Amino acid sequence: MSQAPKENPTTPGKKDKHEARRDFLKQSSALMALALTPPLVVKAGENDEAIAGLFEKMPVSMHINGKAYQLSVEPRVTLLDLLREQLALTGTKKGCDHGQCGACTVHVDGQRINSCLTLAVMQEGKKITTIEGLSQGDDLHPVQEAFIKHDGFQCGYCTPGQIMSAVACIREGHAGSPEEIREFMSGNICRCGAYDNIVAAIMDVKQGGHNV
Amino acid sequence: MKKQAVGQSMDRVDGRLKVTGAARYFADHQPEGMLYAALVCSTISSGRITAIDAAKALRAPGVADVVSHLNAPPVPGYQVENPNPKQGLKIFHDDRIYSNGQPVAIVVANTLERAVYAASLVKVSYAKEAHETDLAASMNKAFQVAKIKDYLRGEADAWKKAPVNMEAEYNIPIEVHNPMELAGMIAHWEAPDKLTVYAKTQGVKSVQQTLKTLFQLPEDHITVHSQFVGGAFGMALRIWPMEIATILAAKKAGKPVKLVINRKEMFTLVGYRPAATQRIGIGATADGKLTGITHSAVANTSPYEDFTEAIVNMSRMMYACPNVNTRYQLVPLNLSTPVWMRGPGEATGAFALESAIDELAHKLNMDPLQLRILNHADTDPDKNLPYSSKYLKEAYDMGAAKIGWQQRRQTPRQLEEDGWLAGYGMSSGVFSASRGKATASATLRSDGSLIIRSAAADIGPGTATAMVQIAADATGIDVKKIKFLLGESEYPEAPRQGGSSTVSTVGSAVNDVCRTLQQKLGELATANIPAFKALKPADIQHEAGALVSGTSRLDYAALLQQQQLPELVVAATSQAGDERKQYAMYSFSVHFAKVHVHPATGVVRIKHIVSVADSGTVVNTKTARSQMIGGVVGGIGMALTEEALIDQRFGRYVNNNYADYHVPVNADTPPTDVLFINKKDPVINPMGAKGMGEIALIGFAAAISNAVFNATGKRVRDLPITPDKLI
Repeated sequence: MSQAPKENPTTPGKKDKHEARRDFLKQSSALMALALTPPLVVKAGENDEAIAGLFEKMPVSMHINGKAYQLSVEPRVTLLDLLREQLALTGTKKGCDHGQCGACTVHVDGQRINSCLTLAVMQEGKKITTIEGLSQGDDLHPVQEAFIKHDGFQCGYCTPGQIMSAVACIREGHAGSPEEIREFMSGNICRCGAYDNIVAAIMDVKQGGHNV
Repeated sequence: MKKQAVGQSMDRVDGRLKVTGAARYFADHQPEGMLYAALVCSTISSGRITAIDAAKALRAPGVADVVSHLNAPPVPGYQVENPNPKQGLKIFHDDRIYSNGQPVAIVVANTLERAVYAASLVKVSYAKEAHETDLAASMNKAFQVAKIKDYLRGEADAWKKAPVNMEAEYNIPIEVHNPMELAGMIAHWEAPDKLTVYAKTQGVKSVQQTLKTLFQLPEDHITVHSQFVGGAFGMALRIWPMEIATILAAKKAGKPVKLVINRKEMFTLVGYRPAATQRIGIGATADGKLTGITHSAVANTSPYEDFTEAIVNMSRMMYACPNVNTRYQLVPLNLSTPVWMRGPGEATGAFALESAIDELAHKLNMDPLQLRILNHADTDPDKNLPYSSKYLKEAYDMGAAKIGWQQRRQTPRQLEEDGWLAGYGMSSGVFSASRGKATASATLRSDGSLIIRSAAADIGPGTATAMVQIAADATGIDVKKIKFLLGESEYPEAPRQGGSSTVSTVGSAVNDVCRTLQQKLGELATANIPAFKALKPADIQHEAGALVSGTSRLDYAALLQQQQLPELVVAATSQAGDERKQYAMYSFSVHFAKVHVHPATGVVRIKHIVSVADSGTVVNTKTARSQMIGGVVGGIGMALTEEALIDQRFGRYVNNNYADYHVPVNADTPPTDVLFINKKDPVINPMGAKGMGEIALIGFAAAISNAVFNATGKRVRDLPITPDKLI
């Protein structure tokens, strides 16, 4: 099996649009050729990968946590599943896959989004930050520090999403009071019920005047 | 004297892993060559599978297999003769369908997307039979489980003769644990007789034992990894059929297979709190002395297993009442099997009992807090034993002072604040403070660091942190030099994390293995070190990670270095003794709530919560507080929003997602004060710590419904208290 794109994740730059279009045209002709091939040949399991590579994948380039990635992914792959299953960035969690829980929150060009509700191929040229990219080496981000200090979690599963959401909440200017924080953090469910502590952590960072 | 580690507000030892995304939950593992699985689940609620057409799915790109009862490898444990007609759901064993959403096939492919798509291509045909999923419509099928008999103390139904009495029916709907982490498993047959799984479980040893029985493998051929669990609240106390399905799929594939079920399937595949209908009759003298309580409960189970829990037990022992009788029955419905959900049956029962106490107080025109204090049980009325410790009256006082109980009006609907009706309510909770058996090993290294291992689980309360604190006090070694490792089946035996018993059980083993280690160090020193040669090991003092005798002092690390030992390993098993026969041991909680109810819309807003825990020594005030506020949040869901709704025509859940099944979000939760009695229980275990996980939730929902009654004069006996019930 080889579903994971094996491109070197550190390959800098990205394909220009013309190159991408040429790839698409090549794929389209291959698709036509396959459509004309007798079904018996097409269905052969060992051809799956070759067929999928031509039929089903699209090139996409993005920066994740400061690294440039050139990838080839099926259009139906969500950003969340790309991160977790293909790039081994498993800090981002799947809680519902429907944009209802916030466990998969990441930043795309600085905005918090549910990565389960966006397709990987829509991220062309985007800058993505996941929980793995928040700290600077061994130095934790102030929000990460505050979550530890105020115990803003129990099981820790919603925590990456809570923290990405909390950072954005402060940057958006929505952390002015506990009430405002509760409102603007309500897209991130914590079933262990650490809400009180999450609010305290965000207030602490906000009042500490940290640069987030 | 070194500062005690137990009792400190220490940061979690695994906090850094959790805030950086480095903590690895079961689905974060990716063994080489791993395939992905997706389930095909029944769309009928009772009947038989007549055909499975997997041809289209098998032709889809990347699909390795479609496994069902037609081609699943045999499970040796399923073939064993068992006289019990209810043997659980034997997955892919036959064509029988018991409930909607029951897995009928598992599709394996080389990507997640391909597996999910191919699962949609499997066509299943059924022969449908009549189903029943409505508890209220099935009360005539209620039966008593042999092991749970009717209970009688004194005279049956004595409440009927009491000068002041009342009887009422209380209903709770199905509630679903819904931890944030989706359930599932990664299964890998490393050899035809060697199985490794990455599991979401509250007990790696329990999973190992179940798999040993089912697949008839030697214990050491089964490895279970589960170091981080993304919440469970009871749903991971047992292995589920979908996990066996994954293991079967991996067996056929000859490669690791990962199944992560979706949120919809979390409602049908991994248990839930059963729906229950309860009746309470309660009576007292005119001055409020209880004379009789009758409590009966009927809860649902599945067609193929009898799930039981302690719904009516609190009524037997919470109050000093001479006459108590209880009855507990089950009704089989075409649903999957329920499982303990936080607080478990006690939380269901406490809603009824603590509501009934409030109703009786209203009838007596008495403060419900006074009624509780008046009927306080000074000894356990059920077991007729003294309590190992009980500070419930203190807890009542502390909570009442903090919430401002004197603001409460005895007559309902008297307080208004900003156009909202305001009210105060309270309730109590109780749960057995248990202690099981566990083993821990301790590895002292010559650099002075200590590693303790036990096959415990951590679903969030901070087990490793508490164990490090306990070990630090037992050895004098600094917390920073101690590690506690859990969640691996190869570690020494520990029970499941459930029933509020981990600190009591595993903590005792940690304490004892540290004592064993000190004994061993003492033996080493007396045998080899001149300054200690004249002593017996027991005479040596231990201070801050060193052996001390008079002016002689030798660090543990130095001793190992001198003896050229890279490490010293010991193990100890710990369990309760006869003290459990001499004392009644319980943790208690008291919950106070202030609510606002909108007079026009019926919206309930919780303004303030105070929860008080009498749980013995608090090992870590930071994580303990988190556990208590977590119980409050769970309790708010139980009281106000959570209800799994079934379309009875189809026997299918209609709100099986986070958008429609409302668990509390941040804006739903009020500022919460958590208070601890924090007094050591002198009997239960070396730390004096009773349990906390369950009492955090037990009784809570009644505090809210009692406050709503105080605010509005409307008594809601059917949870959740949604606005339609108040207008």
